[in-house]
Amino acid sequence: MGISPLQWPVLRQLRSGDRLGRGPAITSPTTRGLTSRNATADRVVQSVCPYCAVGCGQRVYVKDERVTQIEGDPDSPISRGRLCPKGSASEQLVNAPGRQMHVLYRAPRATEWQRLDRDEAIDMIAKRFVESRRNTWQELDDKGRRLRRTMGIASLGGATLDNEENYLIKKLFTAAGAIQIENQARI
Amino acid sequence: MANADCIVLQGGNMAEAHPVGFQWVSEAKARGAKVIHVDPRFTRTSAVADRHIPLRAGSDVALLGGLINYVLTHDKWFKEYVVAYTNAATIVSEDFRDTEDLDGLFSGFDPETGKYDMTSWSYAAPKSEDGDGKVEGSDPSANDANSNTKETAPGDAHGSGGPALEHAEVLRDDTLQDPNTVFQILKRHYARYTPELVEELCGVSAADFDYLARAVTENSGRDRTTCFGYATGWTQHTLGAQFIRTAAVLQLLLGNVGRPGGGIMALRGHASIQGSTDIPTLFNLLPGYLPMPIAGQHDTLQDYLDGIASKKQKGYWANADAYFVSLMKSYFGDGATAENNWGFDYLPRLTGAHGTYQTTLAMLADEVEGFFVLGQNPAVGSANGRMQRLALPHLKWMVVRDLSLIESATWWKDSPEIASGEMRTEDIETEVFFMPAATHVEKAGTFTQTQRLLQWRHKALAPPEECQSDLDFFYQLGVRIRELVAESTDERDRPLLDMTWDYPLDEHGDPIPESVLREINGVQLTGPDAGRALSGYQELKADGSTACGCWIYSGVFADDVNMSARRTPQGGPGVSQHEWGWAWPADRRILYNRASADPDGKPWSERKKYIWWDEAQQRWVGDDVPDFPVDRAPHAKPDPEVGGPAAITGDDPFIMQSDGKGWLFAPKGLVDGPLPTHYEPQESPVDNALYTQQQSPTRIMYAREDNLGAPSYGSKGVEVFPYVFTTYRLTEHHTAGGMSRWLPYLSELQPEMFCEVSPALAAERGLEEGGWATIISPRAVIEARVLVTDRMTPLTVGGRTVHQVGLPYHWGVGDQAIVTGDAANDLIGITLDPNTQIQESKVGSCDVIAGRRPRDGAELELLDEYIRRAGVTPATDNQRLTDPEAETAALSAAEAEGDFAKPNPDDEPGGSRW
Repeated sequence: MGISPLQWPVLRQLRSGDRLGRGPAITSPTTRGLTSRNATADRVVQSVCPYCAVGCGQRVYVKDERVTQIEGDPDSPISRGRLCPKGSASEQLVNAPGRQMHVLYRAPRATEWQRLDRDEAIDMIAKRFVESRRNTWQELDDKGRRLRRTMGIASLGGATLDNEENYLIKKLFTAAGAIQIENQARI
Repeated sequence: MANADCIVLQGGNMAEAHPVGFQWVSEAKARGAKVIHVDPRFTRTSAVADRHIPLRAGSDVALLGGLINYVLTHDKWFKEYVVAYTNAATIVSEDFRDTEDLDGLFSGFDPETGKYDMTSWSYAAPKSEDGDGKVEGSDPSANDANSNTKETAPGDAHGSGGPALEHAEVLRDDTLQDPNTVFQILKRHYARYTPELVEELCGVSAADFDYLARAVTENSGRDRTTCFGYATGWTQHTLGAQFIRTAAVLQLLLGNVGRPGGGIMALRGHASIQGSTDIPTLFNLLPGYLPMPIAGQHDTLQDYLDGIASKKQKGYWANADAYFVSLMKSYFGDGATAENNWGFDYLPRLTGAHGTYQTTLAMLADEVEGFFVLGQNPAVGSANGRMQRLALPHLKWMVVRDLSLIESATWWKDSPEIASGEMRTEDIETEVFFMPAATHVEKAGTFTQTQRLLQWRHKALAPPEECQSDLDFFYQLGVRIRELVAESTDERDRPLLDMTWDYPLDEHGDPIPESVLREINGVQLTGPDAGRALSGYQELKADGSTACGCWIYSGVFADDVNMSARRTPQGGPGVSQHEWGWAWPADRRILYNRASADPDGKPWSERKKYIWWDEAQQRWVGDDVPDFPVDRAPHAKPDPEVGGPAAITGDDPFIMQSDGKGWLFAPKGLVDGPLPTHYEPQESPVDNALYTQQQSPTRIMYAREDNLGAPSYGSKGVEVFPYVFTTYRLTEHHTAGGMSRWLPYLSELQPEMFCEVSPALAAERGLEEGGWATIISPRAVIEARVLVTDRMTPLTVGGRTVHQVGLPYHWGVGDQAIVTGDAANDLIGITLDPNTQIQESKVGSCDVIAGRRPRDGAELELLDEYIRRAGVTPATDNQRLTDPEAETAALSAAEAEGDFAKPNPDDEPGGSRW
């Protein structure tokens, strides 16, 4: 169980050139055996932080089809590699223990959720959309002016979505005659 | 901001809400810039500022108006800039009357409708041609709007350049001496906004005011620029748009618009909140700030286009027909034809405001069957949370798309109203679909950040399990809705069937996001290069030969290159860092940058050089894409009759405005007045010292039993809710918590709802640090941990001490999040800014008592007791015009009871921390 005298701290400092004892001279074997998870990532993908509107650059590290870390992107002229506590925690947004990954359905008067196949759920939503639109269609107002709309379908949200997503939502709702679309920008 | 010499942060807490953006404020400060934080609370922003100036929440127009008055009376305005680039010299109609003349009202107010007829605010007519002195640009639709609809969001019913002026010419007096010039009107309007008034209304000391006034004026001019930064501390008020207008007037007077280190920065709070306004998920807009058509005003395509802009006015809005027709070609493809007015006949029509609060009321009236909630959490995040949650069981079905089971998904089993016994799960008929969403790294697409920069996110990996992006979900939903109506011959289904929905799909059958961005960018439809991606909005045509999903984004996919994905480190060597992402419009990084040069086209100074006229090349050149016709010489004077971009003179930097000038006075466009005027918030224990009129006369009110207001100054019962509260964000959480209260790290960093109170208020109410407080407004009772701190400064306002209570708003009641707590938004009532339909959530009245709130329904009894004691009814605060006699009567009655009108001896300066 001998430790080589060469491993004595003072000698370590002299041998490694780490004279102030702040670098390799004081690194434990365990630490020396560690490798950054970023170094072993399969790929690094450039992204943008999803929280506030500053738009900080992010680098997303992926290994075995799993996000292992998200860090600031030093290339970004906006953020220069920095992230705030929320941006730094965004790996947990992807891997949060409480993240819900399945479609759930609550029937009228039910006290619990039930699982539902995703395709079936989208079919059910589409049917309800078309039916509510039919139930609540307004072709003309009381002065005979064209309205051609439904006031029976509303939507809230968009400030956390992509431009491409908002574009499809507005296009679909407008073509369907649903006008009550809103997002956080008005809150 | 990094280029500014002075930065005023007001209506926000940048260091905590936008910490990484704040590094640029720090950079400016390190180079010698002065940083001033004006806010009710002392925050980390204040801690690193040169000075923190506490003010009473909701009094910002009085302070900024005081600065305008200072600039005018001390002759500190930037003369060459103001005369050449703003409408200071423009002459306004003789019929205009100011709030100074009418005790708090502008001319044209109709007490019946609560709206202004804006005719008398118009520019005076050039008398040359028709000689009849008729007021130019009198707007027939203004009357129409009054008769037609209860509420609209008219600020957005026109393009962003405001409503049409009939043509480009206006009457001017370049000496600014004519009493009807904008400049003289401005002087008279703000003459009473003195340092004494600022002290009386805002609680800002004369010394603090002097410091602020000197800082901004000494750091403005040829050689120096001052910048303002704001957030929802300015927008969420009954006159929020006018808060920002006041800053705009000040910045124009100081010459701080269109120049490096100048401007007014909106510090927005969501990754793509700018994008969701540009490509709106908003009721009143189509992409690119084109309005949705309004029944009765826009019954024909021509009416609609005339409402946006006149072909004879100056600037780029004159081409709105090209932007609109190209949008319709993007939406409906071959289904948009000249015969059906390019699809205008397909569009649904508005009949008023259809915003989120009106929709909540419609739910309560059982008018809404289905509701989609997309990455938002209204059960926690919207004002009057109780009303929001009580509206949901009226739905037949709702779809919640989020990462976790947020309160807006689980309200039917764990809301506060289930706990109080007001709702029973077994009685709720609503079907709820929870659809799991993809995170930002599991899909590709663009966010538009707060300075209009689009940044492409690459997809890092596929979404897990059943999670999917909103792009995939809505694409699929659209496919299935179209299948369900595929056989329909009903004319109403025509738009759904004509809609272009044939996006190329990837190997999983999901639409390719680049193809959507390319559609937004626009393509040439006809001719030899049909199918080519357009290079910018100047290529758009009104004849159906181009398609473009959002004209201001045209160019983001120029030459079939995804410009938003540019990632040259640090944006490349140039000053404007153009090689990183893409800024709308046309990749301009500073808007209206023609104003960075003097009328001769020379930089105002070497230090603030940015865009200038190059005589040799006969072009505008510099460090950015010029925001101006690139070959229009500084002294060019085109014939104004040609209209549009061709009519812009060489000294019209504001190319989107119908007269090319920056508007000190807004002749149209804002429904609550052409000049910002101080009114008190909907709920305020303070008298409006300027006018009899207490609150904004045009605010949008909902006098209902479920939206009661605390009595204001001059009303009986004001002492029952004696404190002012304000709400705010913390660094470690995000809005209603959907993206933060489910994350272990963030939940640990900020685990519990709390309230910030001053030591004086804690002593007054027996509150203990770390203990519990119950906060009561006429809408709700909530509890919070107590944080006693000097960060809250009691202010002396109108001779009395006003205590303010700070409340973060991130928590909600439910079973699913790692951390839960009562929601501050439950305290807030719904009263809206008439321009924006945004609620007043930054200021309200409350009481605070020690201890936890009652439970199991007893909290409702406490609420009832407060309402009874204050004598609150739906009419409280909801009188449109203040009745001076009623106010006097209530005051003398209260004085006889000795309750509130007299200053409390305990509040003398010696007895408080002030």
